[in-house]
Amino acid sequence: MATVAESIEQVKGRIEEIDPARARQEIERDGALLVDVREPYEWDEAHLAGAKLAPMATVRDRIAELAPDHSRRVILLCRVGNRSARAADTLGAELGYENVASIAGGIEAWRDAGLPVIEAEGLTPEQRMRYSRHTLLPEVGVEGQLKLLDAKVLLIGAGGLGAPSAFYLAAAGIGTLGLVDDDVVDESNLQRQVIHNTERVGMPKTESARMSIEALNPDVEVVEHRGRLGPDNILDIISGYDILVDGADNFPTRYLLNDAAVRLRKPVVSASILAFDGQISTFVPYEGPCYRCLYPVPPPPELAPSCGAAGVLGVMAGVMGLLQANEVIKLAAGIGEPLIGRLLLYDSLGTRFTELKVKRDPDCPICGDAAPEIPESELGKFPDYEAFCAGTPVGA
Amino acid sequence: MTTVKIPPVLRSQTGGDAEVSAGGSTVGDVLRGLAETHPGTRAQLFAESGELNRYVNVYLNDEDVRVLDGLETPVSDSDTVVILPAMAGGAR
Repeated sequence: MATVAESIEQVKGRIEEIDPARARQEIERDGALLVDVREPYEWDEAHLAGAKLAPMATVRDRIAELAPDHSRRVILLCRVGNRSARAADTLGAELGYENVASIAGGIEAWRDAGLPVIEAEGLTPEQRMRYSRHTLLPEVGVEGQLKLLDAKVLLIGAGGLGAPSAFYLAAAGIGTLGLVDDDVVDESNLQRQVIHNTERVGMPKTESARMSIEALNPDVEVVEHRGRLGPDNILDIISGYDILVDGADNFPTRYLLNDAAVRLRKPVVSASILAFDGQISTFVPYEGPCYRCLYPVPPPPELAPSCGAAGVLGVMAGVMGLLQANEVIKLAAGIGEPLIGRLLLYDSLGTRFTELKVKRDPDCPICGDAAPEIPESELGKFPDYEAFCAGTPVGA
Repeated sequence: MTTVKIPPVLRSQTGGDAEVSAGGSTVGDVLRGLAETHPGTRAQLFAESGELNRYVNVYLNDEDVRVLDGLETPVSDSDTVVILPAMAGGAR
């Protein structure tokens, strides 16, 4: 009976082996498909750009999807070149792939040859485990996870939208989460604000949220901004963040945040909820419309009841908060298509999503073509939004 | 008849209906038809001048009528008109 070593030599005798430099040339120049047959944990530690992961046990099933054309050049990679040789044998002899090769010496030889490898050097072993389901996604990968860990995200409101949003962003490993809220946890919050709990009724929401986040993920630094955003503090507070998440419960804050965000060119992921309905859009200054392009003036109070007055389905708040978190992740990792120029409506009773187009308003007083930059001396001197929105219906 | 989607804040004026049908050849006709059938919506949709209130966004299908021909935008029976006021609910 042949020993394992002999049999690997026999296999290697039957298949084509190529050295890393030639493999790289074929992949980059000729568009050969590179398939990594190692295990996910090995991939997490280091892998090659453009490679597709299909561990040994799955490669037989995955290859048809990765290379529907049996004549396509397929180059296989593992750690030292043994598993990839066996996989090449299987693909060629059993599955009829005509043009398969294995990289001799695997990723170790590749690295020794001084060729580029995407190393997970920014992630600790604990982080590799914690975020493995992210890093397995080619769109995120270690690189994307490092961007998330580097991101600074400010949540305006730690309530119906902010609670689910902050919780998931913390789990996802957003490195810095700022929380703005001046309220304390109330029993009536707990039907939807899952980051708080019964024992913390009466505790400031920012503190309660910080406790939950720290228990969930020690990677996240939580910054509490206990108070409300006002013209006097907003620029200072938001300037330290990359992405702003608007879950405010009132129009003055929404307009104030918009104006300050446009000024500092910070993206705002904005959502609002009422009863069974939610709205969400992502405002990236000058790339798409701003909040004022969408809503030039706030509605009168009778058309803008609060959740406290009108009620809100807790689960729907969660859906909208998580849609916000989803937008934040995409912006932070630089993947996918953010909701720029699109307003998404969610009707939870009908389970219907409606998408509306939102264009930049050339006459927008804040981001329009003729809108003047507020001079440095007037930084922080925003109009008096409290009075602006206080009562009398605003006509055309 | 064109379908009009009614936002939550106006549903008390339409007997709770989230969608109503209204006839007319332009967006303005359709909305005036709505205000005729459900008079409670009139003051919230229209200013005294007959213009749409600035705080009410109206979409024909997925397009803001402000970038079309406003209230003069023609509609057909297969169109949907969406009425959308801003909402501010979030934190509390």
